Amino acid sequence: MIEKETDDVDADVIVVGGGVAGALCACQIARSGRQVILIERGGQPGSKNLSGGVFYCRVMERIFPDFLEAAPIERHITRNVLCFLNPSSHFCIDSWDRRLADPVNAVTVLRARLDAWLLEKCEEAGVMVMPGVRVDALLTAGDRVTGVRAGTDELRARMVVAADGVNSFIARSAGIRAREPAKNLAVGVKSVIGLPAAVIEDRFRVSGNEGVAYAMVGDCTQGVAGGGFLYTNRESISVGVVMRLDDLDAKGVSSSRIHDHFLAHPAVAPLIKGGELREYGAHLTIENGPAMASHDIARPGLLIVGDAAGFTLNTGLAVRGMDLAAGSALAAARAIDRAFERTDFGQRMADDYRAELDASFVGADMKTYARAPEFLENPRMYEDYGPLLADIFLDILRLDTTPKSRAAAIAAAAFRRSPVTLFQAATDMLKGGRAL
Amino acid sequence: MTGFGDVPQRLAGNSYVVDEDSHIAIDQDLARKTGDGKLLVRICPAQVYSENDDGSIGILFAACLECGTCLALASPGVLTWHYPNGGFGIAFREG
Repeated sequence: MIEKETDDVDADVIVVGGGVAGALCACQIARSGRQVILIERGGQPGSKNLSGGVFYCRVMERIFPDFLEAAPIERHITRNVLCFLNPSSHFCIDSWDRRLADPVNAVTVLRARLDAWLLEKCEEAGVMVMPGVRVDALLTAGDRVTGVRAGTDELRARMVVAADGVNSFIARSAGIRAREPAKNLAVGVKSVIGLPAAVIEDRFRVSGNEGVAYAMVGDCTQGVAGGGFLYTNRESISVGVVMRLDDLDAKGVSSSRIHDHFLAHPAVAPLIKGGELREYGAHLTIENGPAMASHDIARPGLLIVGDAAGFTLNTGLAVRGMDLAAGSALAAARAIDRAFERTDFGQRMADDYRAELDASFVGADMKTYARAPEFLENPRMYEDYGPLLADIFLDILRLDTTPKSRAAAIAAAAFRRSPVTLFQAATDMLKGGRAL
Repeated sequence: MTGFGDVPQRLAGNSYVVDEDSHIAIDQDLARKTGDGKLLVRICPAQVYSENDDGSIGILFAACLECGTCLALASPGVLTWHYPNGGFGIAFREG
């Protein structure tokens, strides 16, 4: 900690991290006429950034009205498939709805391209982007954050925005955040597999720039809490698994082997057949955003946005990070704007940020889904419901020349064979309805 | 097997800017005591960690995807892990 009181600043605001949250926050502050430096550790903007790939993008219209036409987005998601996956069967709910294309509700993105574009937009708005620089620590004066240190260089500003992602070394080194419990985190392991657009459109029954998003649970992660995903890009497929860290630890399995198991699964392999691997990557994600974001997200002279603050939600069907990153960036930018008008970057700015969040969809959705993580901890979701559903439908469909039972009797028999009781299933449905 | 090669083959298709200095260090004694060595070998998606014949843990830091899984799961003190120096490490082209 370096304590030095000075009015010599290099910029009004320093933003650490060039992901969705950092870029949008920097852009908005610069548009208000303030001097902003954005520091990004990747040599090329976007080169450190990776996500599953579905961006619920309505929020972007507020920042870039031409986002859908101008940004490097992949496909508009109109088909969503939720699957319970078993070793040799699956049970899926398949929803295709063109209303999801008008207005466009969600798009697939590849972050190395999207984030590079966002940082170009920042530069157009007047942000000074510094790529290839790793911030090592915050500078402080008393309890106030006054800048950052990168190697031997020091940069000072009226305030700092930490947008340095899920690992947020800044929040941790400043003592704002303790080590995160493993059950609040998950690791995503992902392959991007190239395929011609025509093959993707035929294989996934989508046309033009429409695309599909699969969310799967069960045998994809060999019973580890988490799931598999598969998203279509324009000329590639993002496919991989997400595994909750405490369960990955407890089950004694290998993360890369689970990824390989999923890609080789008989229900998944045909979807990526003939493709060519373009990239293999991994990234941490947040399983319990509401718990993480309920901690401190501000200090005098410092606001924390995006994943660094814990703004991610797993709602069972949709895993949301980028839209909440954008929403938190907008809330922070508004609070910062008022802080400059008052030249008060202390508690009032922190309170303003919380109030802006609570008044937006970010705060509201973090509350709505506060109980989702607890519900999704239920091991029956990953182990028992897939086989149960498959068994019921198998016995309804299979004709073996013996007299058939009615569906209700078949279901009752399947429940007797399953470790799940009818009461548990009913309770889980009710709880799921309330939590999700 | 996935038809896309094993992990080292897949990583060979990624783009890296390799630094001379490792951004990962391990306390071998503590790793042995806690049993974390085997955990690290298993959980790292890039197979950065490997167990040597003498039970010590090898670190192929150049393969790191910088996810942070190892740091999140290792017992406190076992790993010294931070992001590589600015501009170095994994350079995602897709992301």
